[in-house]
Amino acid sequence: MSQSLVEIEDLCVHFPVYKGLLRRQVGAVEAVDQLSFDVRRGETLGLVGESGCGKSTTGRALLQLLDVTSGSIKMHLMENDNTADVVEIVGLEKNHMRSLRPQMQMIFQDPQACLNPRMTVASLISEPLDEHTKLTSAEKRSKVLQLLDDVGLNASFANRYPHEFSGGQRQRIGIARALALSPQFIVCDEPIAALDVSIQAQVVNLLKELQKKKGLTYLFISHDLSMVRHIANRVAVMYLGGIVELGPAEQLYNDPKHPYTQALLSAVPVANPAIEKTRQRTLLTGDVPSPANPPSGCRFSTRCPVATDQCKAERPAWRELKDGRSIACHFAD
Amino acid sequence: MKEPTTQVLQVNDLTTVFDTSDGQVHAVNGVSFTLQNGELLGVVGESGSGKSVTMMSLLQLVPSPPSRLVRGTAMFQGKDLLHLENSDIQKIRGREIGFVFQDPMTSLNPVFTVGFQLMEPLRKHMGMSKKQAKVRAAELLAMVGIPSPEDRLDDYPHQFSGGMRQRVMIAIGLACDPKLLIADEPTTALDVTIQAQILELVRELRQKLGMGIIWITHDLGVVAGIADKVMVMYGGQVVELAPVDELFANPQHPYTQALLRTLPGAATDENAPLQTIEGQPPTLDQEPSSCPFFDRCEHAMSHCGTSLPPSRELPNGHRVVCWLGAENSEAGAA
Repeated sequence: MSQSLVEIEDLCVHFPVYKGLLRRQVGAVEAVDQLSFDVRRGETLGLVGESGCGKSTTGRALLQLLDVTSGSIKMHLMENDNTADVVEIVGLEKNHMRSLRPQMQMIFQDPQACLNPRMTVASLISEPLDEHTKLTSAEKRSKVLQLLDDVGLNASFANRYPHEFSGGQRQRIGIARALALSPQFIVCDEPIAALDVSIQAQVVNLLKELQKKKGLTYLFISHDLSMVRHIANRVAVMYLGGIVELGPAEQLYNDPKHPYTQALLSAVPVANPAIEKTRQRTLLTGDVPSPANPPSGCRFSTRCPVATDQCKAERPAWRELKDGRSIACHFAD
Repeated sequence: MKEPTTQVLQVNDLTTVFDTSDGQVHAVNGVSFTLQNGELLGVVGESGSGKSVTMMSLLQLVPSPPSRLVRGTAMFQGKDLLHLENSDIQKIRGREIGFVFQDPMTSLNPVFTVGFQLMEPLRKHMGMSKKQAKVRAAELLAMVGIPSPEDRLDDYPHQFSGGMRQRVMIAIGLACDPKLLIADEPTTALDVTIQAQILELVRELRQKLGMGIIWITHDLGVVAGIADKVMVMYGGQVVELAPVDELFANPQHPYTQALLRTLPGAATDENAPLQTIEGQPPTLDQEPSSCPFFDRCEHAMSHCGTSLPPSRELPNGHRVVCWLGAENSEAGAA
């Protein structure tokens, strides 16, 4: 259970900014800067933060969907004989990477946009099978029907088109597609953000059930903190390109140590008027600084209620606390 | 500035239908509610439940055609908003009733400065000179918490962040001291920490200005924090209306109950699956003849599918539209 599946060290993703007639590089947007964490086999790691903090960039970098500036991502992929094969995927040759893709898949935010409207559900789901396997068409067909059943869709829907489905059903198709090649690792990039509350719960339940049945590992990216608390074993909180705190979900929610985690959690409205009227809020002032021009020292120092001169000058180290969580703050203990 | 409690708005049996080439869509079906001065009414419901169309119908903001007002009245200061002439409703929009839209990206005009957009209603409705309007616009920006407001007046919307733009939208909504502010999902596009700032701002402004506010949202947490009264909509109908504490403590309609149960955190056991509402929202292609929640309701009875449930008044200003508990008293009434 506590074995690593993905080990990330010093991951940086910087997007260059070009300006002027000669398109000279004048700077870089530090979307993700010096991330180090691991995703353990069989767990759900929640990745939360405000928009623009680099959650999705991290998810995409882990699947090599965009170019990593520096750092290392090691995949411990389980082989058929139950031994783990360690592969460094940063800088891996394209063909080799392609052969690993079936092991790592993604579920996207907008099920409307990620399904080709001109393809039937059956062809959408069997597309990864066409690309990566040598199954006969009859075998593919039965696999597709099996997958539809797995995600709770009726087998008679196989020949319909995406527009004939509701948002929640479309997301189920997206999930079936990600599952088609029996991956070990799935990055869920805001899979429920586009859905209504009552439908969100259905999709989250489905994801949990599939995880139990197939031993999947999720990186669950979301800005919905209460849903992450429910689904994740461990939670990482991101702010402006860096993880500020990572720990077991219950620990992190009950006793947040980083000032940003505290502020973020207190900003989540609680659906209980009695609590809402009395509770103390930590209000952050101002906006998130631009990642193209991040503040020196601790990146949260411009909004942190307890920042000191040390915070403004010196970047806090990523360290482990006694209770097992990791944090990037000079003062938390 | 605070006036004694009076009724600002009284909506009665509002019904809006869209005539499309694929048939009719009954988006709003017989919505009735009232709003007192200084009161904040939270409107919750899933997408497609008719929240926005209801409020936009009030100001005749839904393009017609395809929309058509079937019946209903909306009394505001002795006038029926729904049947006003175009020129008359224009005098009310932005002057007596402010509107804050969901997406500040698309509702601010990118080619005009923020100052111009703030001054426009002031000059049009209040007859202010350019100079006066500028002073007032700076005041408004300061009121919604934008630092160095005089300098920011000449900036364009793209120079503001998402939270700041929403503050500008609120400032425009408040520009002419409206009696009523309608906010359509004003914090949905924002991050939680920015949302918390906006909610705090609204709490403050309410005390200062004492106007009626209608706040549309799908987030029950937001409603719990700021509303006095909550209206739950489903399938274009109001299914429950109650004071906020009453609604959360004692929900009567099965839909409201289910909605509160689906929230994560409501389940005590972390490993237990989340409660869900099975099935899909109704399609609204016909005039409702039964309870819209009928096929997803766990308490559904046979007559729920054949007749419209009655609206019942309960103690504590609670109103619920459901057959449950109504059979004995009013079974024959509807």
